[in-house]
Amino acid sequence: MALMVVKFDLKKRVKLAQTVWFMYWFAVLAGILVLSLGLFFKIELRKRSELMDNNESHFLPNLLILMGLIACGINAFGGKVCYDSLDPVKFAKWKPMLKYFLVFCVCFNGLLLMTSLLCFLMRIPLQFTLAEGIKNGMKFYKDTDTPGRCYMKRTLDLMQMEFRCCGNDNFRDWFEIQWVSNRYLDFSSKEVKDRIGSNVDGQYLMDGVPFSCCNPSSPRPCIQYQMTNNSAHYSYDHYTEELNVWKKGCRDALLSYYGGIMNTIGALVVLVTMLEVAVTVGLQYVNSSLSTLANPEEVESESEGYLLEKTVKETFTDIMAKMKAMGKGGKVEEGGEEAVATVS
Amino acid sequence: MVLLKMKFNQQRRVRLAQGLWLLSWLAVMCGAFIFCLGVYLKTELLRRDEVEKESFMDIHVVPNILMMVGLASIGTNWVATRVCQDSLDASRFPRWKVLLLAWFVVAALLCCLLLAVVVLSYVLQGRLEESLKVGLRNGIRFYKDTDVPGRCFQKETIDRLQMEFRCCGNNNFKDWFEVQWVSGRFLDYTAQEVKDRIRSNVDGRYLLDGVPFSCCNPASPRPCLQYHLTDNRAHFNYDYLSEDLNLYSRGCRQALTDYYMGLMNSTGPGVLSVILIQVGNFHLRYLQTAVEGAMALEDPEGDSEGYILEKGVKETFEEVKVKVLTMMKLAQVDPEGVPVDAEAEKAADTTAEKAASPTPAS
Repeated sequence: MALMVVKFDLKKRVKLAQTVWFMYWFAVLAGILVLSLGLFFKIELRKRSELMDNNESHFLPNLLILMGLIACGINAFGGKVCYDSLDPVKFAKWKPMLKYFLVFCVCFNGLLLMTSLLCFLMRIPLQFTLAEGIKNGMKFYKDTDTPGRCYMKRTLDLMQMEFRCCGNDNFRDWFEIQWVSNRYLDFSSKEVKDRIGSNVDGQYLMDGVPFSCCNPSSPRPCIQYQMTNNSAHYSYDHYTEELNVWKKGCRDALLSYYGGIMNTIGALVVLVTMLEVAVTVGLQYVNSSLSTLANPEEVESESEGYLLEKTVKETFTDIMAKMKAMGKGGKVEEGGEEAVATVS
Repeated sequence: MVLLKMKFNQQRRVRLAQGLWLLSWLAVMCGAFIFCLGVYLKTELLRRDEVEKESFMDIHVVPNILMMVGLASIGTNWVATRVCQDSLDASRFPRWKVLLLAWFVVAALLCCLLLAVVVLSYVLQGRLEESLKVGLRNGIRFYKDTDVPGRCFQKETIDRLQMEFRCCGNNNFKDWFEVQWVSGRFLDYTAQEVKDRIRSNVDGRYLLDGVPFSCCNPASPRPCLQYHLTDNRAHFNYDYLSEDLNLYSRGCRQALTDYYMGLMNSTGPGVLSVILIQVGNFHLRYLQTAVEGAMALEDPEGDSEGYILEKGVKETFEEVKVKVLTMMKLAQVDPEGVPVDAEAEKAADTTAEKAASPTPAS
């Protein structure tokens, strides 16, 4: 007893084939969309790979690109099959491989759904990558004369200005590292000697931040140095001062930026999956309605289209039986000899 | 003597109609493109409204004209597509005949307006620079007034402008040395340094050789030096005369002018190509005359002639002049009906003469 049977006469079949053909062209566009989303995400990751220690995982964008390409391919093929389905001669050459094609489509749709799930989950490893990357980036802020790291200062400054953030968790991260290069420190001055002597590693630590942390919305000119010293600045209380520097940490800022991109991509991939499922169902109906024609030559006759030839349970047991048979195929030799021996 | 005569058979007429139909649709899209361009330019100009003085309205003429022309050209070219579609159907073409003269006039006007826009966008560059100079100077002067209503956002505006366009001050960073950009609320008037600086100039302003943080250049290898810029001893390993990466070296007036001129220049080629397409549409005249000629024949499918002007340029001009003068005279409440009748009689005489002259020969 077939699943979800629908009766089709010639007019309905033609209409179905045309609709599914039209939907396949939309699905090709959707495949191109997925491909371009994957490319966009890959480019965004590469743009800031310095801040992620150059070891960010490109698995997700590569997967999206691959899925986009496969989607374009199978949707174009499906569209061609639908186009030919109205002509019995042309359809006859596609008929044998259609069953395997439909099974492949179902598997592909499952993979697409998994990809969209991954998009939402990739946030978690990204968080750790970013934390490590920004911390190391800040350490190399002062190394503008070291080859390979000389652009870290500019990258960090531009990032803090663009994303309106300061430091890793907050601006105090800058207090814990030396971000002024030794080339610009007067080691004979008392202040420098005091600061270097004040910690174990002999680093020039100060309670100041780079200019890129400054918030333009502050009503007073930016206070970058001696931030914890209230008496160093007139009418200044560092506990209540809110608008002077950016309060957000750059890890959170970048995470919400990339998280937004990934959520959007995930949502779009879910929509594309739904479209793919719809066209697969449509193609199954086209296929089944044409194969149940009593007389293939008589195109005008009625036929039935179904989703599955038998019920879900029977189809499942069929598949299990086939798989068991294939598994036993290796053991057929021994069994056959024994059977022959017993018979004779 | 017709101007630029061409022969058209039925197939050529059909081809001409189809080609013009496609060209008209292309012109409709170009009209939409011109409209979007105008909208984009207008939003860009409005974004920087704060640093532009009010008399700046003049440069807004360019995007306004672009938007108007875009809409008008969408309308006229859509009419052209309908004309082309109906031109091969003898029953539907006559209703467009009345409109076509008006169409040609409007299309010519649009081309002239587009040309004017291109010229204007170059001519108005001077006005733009002038108003930017005034606007930026005010912005820098009111930088410290973050507690004065109406001026409290100048600081944020100027800071964001300097960071986005990578510029400092009006002409260069020294403009900040001449203005008090630190508000009096944050100055300790009992400190000796503050008192010295205030006494050092006539107006009693707190002037310093420093710039705001937004002038800092991220590409500099050393942490940004904002204060005591002219004092080499205030910073280790620093020479004010040879330091060029510390701050942005460009002035904001130059940066903004370059940006806007870049915008206008990039629209120039687009507008010129739209003018070319619009001019191509004037071939509609050929289609009109060819179809009219074909309809006048007994066999509508036969050959006909298409031309630009029925008579020579000079004769057409004379005819138009006469028509306009008669229209003006009819509109005037003229007590003397005689001159008009006399002219009509004269015209009748000349036509009678012309009719009379061939007869002796025949």
